Amino acid sequence: MIDSSSTTGHVTGINGNMIVVEIDQGSVIQNEVAFVTVSDMKLKAEVIKVVGKNCYLQVFEDTTGIGVGMKVDFTGNMLAVELGPGLLGSIYDGLQNPLGLLDNKQGFFLQRGQYKDPLSREKTWEFKPVVKVGDKVRGGQWIGEVKENFLTHRIITPIGMHGIATVKEIVSEGTYKITDTIAKIEVNGKVIPLNMFQDWPVKKAIKAYRERIYPEELLITKQRIIDTTFPVARGGTACIPGPFGAGKTVLQHLMSKYSSVDVVIVVACGERAGEVVELIHEFPEITDPKTGGSLMDRTIIICNTSSMPVAAREASVYTGITLAEYYRQMGLDVLVLADSTSRWAQAMREMSGRLEEIPGEEAFPAYLESRIAGLYERAGLVTLHNGEKGAVTLIGTVSPAGGNFEEPVTQATLKVVGAFLGLSRKRSDERKFPAIDPLDSYSLYIEQMESSLNRDLDRDWTKMVSRSRDILRAGAEVGKMMTVVGEEGISLDDLVMYLKSELLDFTYLQQNAFDDVDCASDIERQVVDFKLLYRALTQDFKFNSKPEARQFFTTLQDKYYQRNYYSPDSDEFKKLVGEIEESLVSGGNSLV
Amino acid sequence: MFKEYTRITNIIGDIIELEAEGVTYRELASITNTNGDTSLAQVIKIEGTKVSLQVFAGAKGMSNRATVRFLGHPMKVSYSGDLLGRIFSGSGQPIDGKPPIENAKDTEIGGPSVNPIKRVVPRNFIETRIPMIDIFNPLVESQKLPIFSTPGEPYNDLLARIALQAQADIVVLGGIGLKFDEYIGFRRKFEEGGVMDRTVMFVHTAADPVVERLLVPDMALAVAEQFGIEGKRVLVLLTDMTAFADALKEISVAMEQVPSNLGYPGSLYSDLASRYEKAVDFEGAGSITVLAVTTMPGGDVTHPVPDNTGYITEGQYYLVNGMINPFGSLSRLKQLVIGKVTRKDHGPVMNAMIRLYAKALESKKKISMGFEKTETDEKYLRYADLFESRFMDLKVDITLESALDLGWKTMSECFTPFEVGIKKDIVEKYWPK
Ligand SMILES: Nc1ncnc2c1ncn2[C@@H]1O[C@H](COP(=O)(O)OP(=O)(O)OP(=O)(O)O)[C@@H](O)[C@H]1O
Ligand SMILES: [Mg+2]
Repeated sequence: MIDSSSTTGHVTGINGNMIVVEIDQGSVIQNEVAFVTVSDMKLKAEVIKVVGKNCYLQVFEDTTGIGVGMKVDFTGNMLAVELGPGLLGSIYDGLQNPLGLLDNKQGFFLQRGQYKDPLSREKTWEFKPVVKVGDKVRGGQWIGEVKENFLTHRIITPIGMHGIATVKEIVSEGTYKITDTIAKIEVNGKVIPLNMFQDWPVKKAIKAYRERIYPEELLITKQRIIDTTFPVARGGTACIPGPFGAGKTVLQHLMSKYSSVDVVIVVACGERAGEVVELIHEFPEITDPKTGGSLMDRTIIICNTSSMPVAAREASVYTGITLAEYYRQMGLDVLVLADSTSRWAQAMREMSGRLEEIPGEEAFPAYLESRIAGLYERAGLVTLHNGEKGAVTLIGTVSPAGGNFEEPVTQATLKVVGAFLGLSRKRSDERKFPAIDPLDSYSLYIEQMESSLNRDLDRDWTKMVSRSRDILRAGAEVGKMMTVVGEEGISLDDLVMYLKSELLDFTYLQQNAFDDVDCASDIERQVVDFKLLYRALTQDFKFNSKPEARQFFTTLQDKYYQRNYYSPDSDEFKKLVGEIEESLVSGGNSLV
Repeated sequence: MFKEYTRITNIIGDIIELEAEGVTYRELASITNTNGDTSLAQVIKIEGTKVSLQVFAGAKGMSNRATVRFLGHPMKVSYSGDLLGRIFSGSGQPIDGKPPIENAKDTEIGGPSVNPIKRVVPRNFIETRIPMIDIFNPLVESQKLPIFSTPGEPYNDLLARIALQAQADIVVLGGIGLKFDEYIGFRRKFEEGGVMDRTVMFVHTAADPVVERLLVPDMALAVAEQFGIEGKRVLVLLTDMTAFADALKEISVAMEQVPSNLGYPGSLYSDLASRYEKAVDFEGAGSITVLAVTTMPGGDVTHPVPDNTGYITEGQYYLVNGMINPFGSLSRLKQLVIGKVTRKDHGPVMNAMIRLYAKALESKKKISMGFEKTETDEKYLRYADLFESRFMDLKVDITLESALDLGWKTMSECFTPFEVGIKKDIVEKYWPK
């Protein structure tokens, strides 16, 4: 990787994970990768600023032991990831080092300066060509396919290739390694050999598609409060801000397990190692209902946890989104879950501070907003040149200082995402999970997807959802009023409104992540459950007194709640639904 | 062999700067002041030949003619089995009147992180006999968990009580800015509790130089790590981590770094995380559990230190008014043991009791505002009283089993089975007849 004829330099300063390097010979490229030699180790770094003969590098490793005069070799390449079959099921660090392969040699710890090939060079794949000699191809086009776990992995031409190429040679169906030449193409008079993998710089979006299109289809997460109330579109974006312990990670883990998508990319960015360990141990054991394989078969975990180097943390989010764009290029539906984007922003802040840039609010750099916008813009639904569609949905958590959403990262994120799933400390303290605040949160997609929702779920779906939210709001108003004037100060009708909103909240918006049945609700079930609940919400009950109303709702609420714990084809479920319907028919009225 | 320098150019706070060559980042230096005092210092920035060092004993009284000798390696701590029963200062010197450790292995402090793949999912419940912990937020081996406390609460007593109850193989205490009495308090309790001979203490007291605080967590954790690798179940106690964060702040201010919030450096999160993340359950070896104290300045949980800590640790015990508050408190590893290694009704009881207590507090608030007490309120008030005396009082000392039974008893004394929001089959099995 290091070519002695290329650029070299030597260290002149060290400040945390930033080093200053004076160029001895050759030219330098902004964002290129360089290696610092420290005794027998070579530490990876990235150029982040060039001033005359000096350049500033962020080192992706602990900088202990680096001294003035140490040699630096520049590679001429930007920080890139390897794209090809074998990504699924892998666990990488932020720079795409395969953590599983590092472990054998290094014992318990991640020693510095160890880099391994992200994709196996030995593994073989059953390649099937889909183009023939003489075919014209463009950049990022499918020329063959292999089976990767349970999905069809398309082998594509170089993504950044300009112009139209002609296929000169293509191998026949057979078994190949990713390093084997499987085709030759001629472009602009030059013949280039292709194998099954390629590099792509992580900070550059993959745009080898025909066009971006408007996301109009629902991404099913199986979390009721999201799918029904604050839906996210396939190819859309959402953020989950919330104070510590409010349930951001648990919610993302639920989505990573139950969302109906082809590929899930989990980016554990500057958070706890233990949380990733749970996924690593759990996912291989869980069956993906869609494929029959394990969840790990469709998942890539990027793990750059809080005690791992900060600069690699900054890169990890880009690594994740780049892998997602690659699978989108195969016409697949990809979900990226980044936890937490605040740690990514803080990594930028640390570096900005060392570069002595003029700080903005809370010492974040002035370009914070544009970086956040640039990241979320890489999500999207696209039509490829062959007419197939692919989607990248990006959902990021935000960890605002003091749990206060009026801070730079949350605010910059809110400007660009389509759905805001704000977690509230009050709800998590009261163990109302998922603690998404049903009054403050919003989804712009509900309007955008109106026709598909009303077509696929129920003719009146969006109307019913909107009405239910009105009830929730009205109930909350009554609740607030009661704290001022007491229950005796409100009318019976108001109390009923309040009880209805509680019913909706407790039996539908809240969902038990740790119950085998309640943890995930299929969209079909959500439709049935919601419609039955909607009857109670909109029924005009007649009660004689407040205690009577309370008594009625306590019993009803318990039935709806118990029903959540049974699968729809169980007898208990049917029995409870029968009882609910009976109470709704007789509810209040019979007592008149 | 070591280069010596006698010209310090700048002294700013506890940082000194000088012209030197051949120095590496984070290298250790020993400084001998003109009056003979010595201290260790660490390189924290290099710009060409200008080298900045933080002086662990502080730069008060430092002469610009002091001798600076670079040692050629970063900070290390000695490790050996002989550490057990010993007490060291914040800079690693014995303060128990016994000789230094011999034949010890030098161990790098602040070493690399554990490969996540080499961690296992925690699974061992640590019973503390404190119901607010055992029922509502159980402690799990290898967890990292601070006690969030307003100043003046008995947090060190709580810490010591848990440490004695936890039955770890090894206890490592890292005292940061401890009052002398608190230090003696730990020592007495550990001696009386019979754990002193499996304890190592690193004690920085309030009287010691501020910068020395920075070393304590790293030394304690480096030693713990060595014991952990050898298969021991280690419990690390760090008190008070707010004092540690304040030392970070002082250095950062002296270095003229742009602060992010209330003067703390933007790297506060990473700095704290690199310490707390040392908590681990090693695959095929021992474990490190980290219990810390984070005092909340002004009782404010949104203060940068508790706030960043909350984002790093696996929950927190919220100590206010002499009680562990069920609302701010959280054990994020609880789902790994609740109902799995503990009784099947544990999860439902925990959730229901908290929900009911939240409602009870609403009723209380309502009534305190002068509203009419409904029949429902009566029930809740009764429940709140029982909950506070039977569960929240820190004097309560019972096993988890009996605490769960008491939970059912308490609920049944106040409510009907329909009012508690628990799955039917569980209610049928456990509701007192
Ligand atoms: N849906 C849920 N159902 C039940 N309990 C939950 C749920 N979500 C969160 N919790 C509880 O809250 C705890 C904290 O959740 P989580 O780790 O997701 O918080 P977080 O918002 O990611 O916090 P941080 O910002 O510190 O990472 C969990 O360990 C669990 O006990
Ligand atoms: Mg989290």
